[in-house]
Amino acid sequence: MSRPKPSQPDATVLTGAHYLDGDEACAEGAIAAGCRFFAGYPITPSTEIAERIASRFPLVGGTFIQMEDELASMAAILGGAWGGAKAMTVTSGPGFSLMMENIGLGIMTETPCVVVNVQRGGPSTGLPTLTGQQDMMQARWGSHGDYEVIALSPSSPQECFDLTITAFGLSERYRLPVLFMMDECVGHMTEKVVIPPAEDIPVIERRWYRGPKESYLPYQAGPDKVPDMVRAGDDYRIHITGLTHDERGYPVINAACQSVCVSRLVDKIRDNAGDIVITDEEAVDGADVVVVSYGISYRVATRAIALARAEGIKVGSVRLVTVWPFPEARIAELSRKVKALVMPEINLGQMYRELQRAAAGNCRTLLIPHCGGWVHDPNDVLAAIREGAK
Amino acid sequence: MSELLTTPAPGGPVVEEERHPHEPFLRMDRIPHIWCSTCGLGTVLNCYITAIQRSSVPRADHTIVSGIGCTGRAAGYVKIDSFHTTHGRALPFATGLKLANPRLKVTVFSGDGDLVAIGGNHLIHAARRNMDMTVICVNNFNYAMTGGQFGPTTPEGAKLTTAPYGSYEHPFNIPFLVDSCGATYVARWTSLHVREMIETLVEALNHRGFSFVEVISPCPTVYARRNRLGTGLDLLKYYHDSAEVRHGADTRDVDISFKGRIIVGRFVQRCKPTYLDTMDAALGRSVGKEFVCYEGPMQASDGRS
Ligand SMILES: Cc1ncc(C[n+]2csc(CCOP(=O)(O)OP(=O)(O)O)c2C)c(N)n1
Ligand code: SF4
Ligand SMILES: [Mg+2]
Repeated sequence: MSRPKPSQPDATVLTGAHYLDGDEACAEGAIAAGCRFFAGYPITPSTEIAERIASRFPLVGGTFIQMEDELASMAAILGGAWGGAKAMTVTSGPGFSLMMENIGLGIMTETPCVVVNVQRGGPSTGLPTLTGQQDMMQARWGSHGDYEVIALSPSSPQECFDLTITAFGLSERYRLPVLFMMDECVGHMTEKVVIPPAEDIPVIERRWYRGPKESYLPYQAGPDKVPDMVRAGDDYRIHITGLTHDERGYPVINAACQSVCVSRLVDKIRDNAGDIVITDEEAVDGADVVVVSYGISYRVATRAIALARAEGIKVGSVRLVTVWPFPEARIAELSRKVKALVMPEINLGQMYRELQRAAAGNCRTLLIPHCGGWVHDPNDVLAAIREGAK
Repeated sequence: MSELLTTPAPGGPVVEEERHPHEPFLRMDRIPHIWCSTCGLGTVLNCYITAIQRSSVPRADHTIVSGIGCTGRAAGYVKIDSFHTTHGRALPFATGLKLANPRLKVTVFSGDGDLVAIGGNHLIHAARRNMDMTVICVNNFNYAMTGGQFGPTTPEGAKLTTAPYGSYEHPFNIPFLVDSCGATYVARWTSLHVREMIETLVEALNHRGFSFVEVISPCPTVYARRNRLGTGLDLLKYYHDSAEVRHGADTRDVDISFKGRIIVGRFVQRCKPTYLDTMDAALGRSVGKEFVCYEGPMQASDGRS
């Protein structure tokens, strides 16, 4: 683990090449993105992020607090965001479950922040130290009510750095808690991470309201359906509630207001999906089979793809960098061109349901399930690719 | 003093309209409020607004955070930055707000169920940390908003919808709880003690550290009716007859029994470093020259830092 040298003038962005694990890289990404408030509760395999933040924040002017539980951590970062800070919390499955209600409060109040889930095997306490990708649907639907989310899934320590910055950017741009869905393998895998110079890091600032104070309405949105924000303490006298509310932020408990309020929360993501969705594609043109994967499963898939190509199978890859919103238009398009879409994931079929839905029977869809605890054997993925190419 | 406004009536004499002095601090476009008539909550809110005006903190720095409940609706009526959060989580939300902008004077205004039941864990930890904030805990001895269920402050014997034969749980003595956890200012009044409550709230707002004010408040609609305690006025009469002012009382002795005496007053007032004091001091000591103190919130667009 590299630490800033004592005499270094700016400890904020540790420009240079490092040997970091995914958890440490995520912490550095948060710092580089401007995160200066962190609240969390320890849980394997995410604890190293909190530890890194606890040791680094005093050097970069951030405030770290270890809360009494994950309910508190999630509530605290929402408060932190309204106080005017970029805020983050990190956890794993059991803590993610505890955060759900307040993730919903963050969605409803349109509060920018980043929630990291370094996934382990579940359900319940499950496999504290071993990997899983079993919270993907919880990320999408875990809090009650209708809403859309943005979730990302890094597949290397370098991406833990880069995409944490992207996650903060998206949270500020679209004003919602962005879910950063790591997994134990990526979190604990150590690789080279290159941190660019500060001026090359794309940091997106808050959408501060710029109009006259008298005419500010907290939930009045422009054409992109995202309202501008103010922070507590600037005498705007805002009211922010988890109840269904109008543009003033005032509770209005009826179906008409619910329709306006909830539709906008959903539409601001759906309408802007083209700007949000990130996929990483390789050799999909002319492919008979496309492997759709994310997180650590992508790393395993690349090995299987290489083996399949050695056998002469035309196989491409689509990696979901953002897992939510699901790139359904792209998958639908591909489903009309290929024989099969193959998905390895460390669960018994979660994102696979989306894959099936988007493919709509146009091609075969093959799931390579795994209960968690370890990654797939590349040969299992290879077998599915062979099957799909038939 | 009331503010006198003159409205010329068309063709008629000039009518003098009297306005409530608290209007500038209320979201008048949200009035009438949802509270029942003779509920104690309006009185507590009035006292809080008076205390804001008398406190040494500038208006823009006052921020109110509520959880969920009848009491939790308070945040929706005060014309300052106000946050209506989730059930039990007002305190950790407030903690984040305070730490992100230490200039703010954050007040948590919530009910006994919100703060002591579902949010009880946050209460003891906020007190332990001596988090610099004020908590106004309105204790009506029940979960009123959901129709009057018993809770952790319900006196033994009181009947509520989920304790139809009378509650048999031992209730919390809240001042003792927060005192023993590290709160540095602890007081209790009833909604009858308006003058005292205001003085106490001003002290609490000016206090550095975790200040906690419990207000015993009538819930005539559900708690009193089910227990045949009469109207809101009857409850005030009960407070009048059974409240005993004992400043500096040992908090171990201030528990409340069903229809029993209510000891009120300022119980605890002590100096102790706050969370931010200890954090900055400890990090300054151990990290040394490299320590960079929290730089405050991000700059807003109008250049405020
Ligand atoms: C997580 C959750 N559980 C339960 C509820 C239902 N609920 C709303 S208010 C309340 C009790 C409020 O009691 P208290 O804080 O004493 O406030 P009061 O209404 O008595 O002023 C409950 C149980 C909820 N909103 N959220
Ligand atoms: S139910 Fe009780 S606490 Fe709630 S507003 Fe009515 S009287 Fe007040
Ligand atoms: Mg109550």
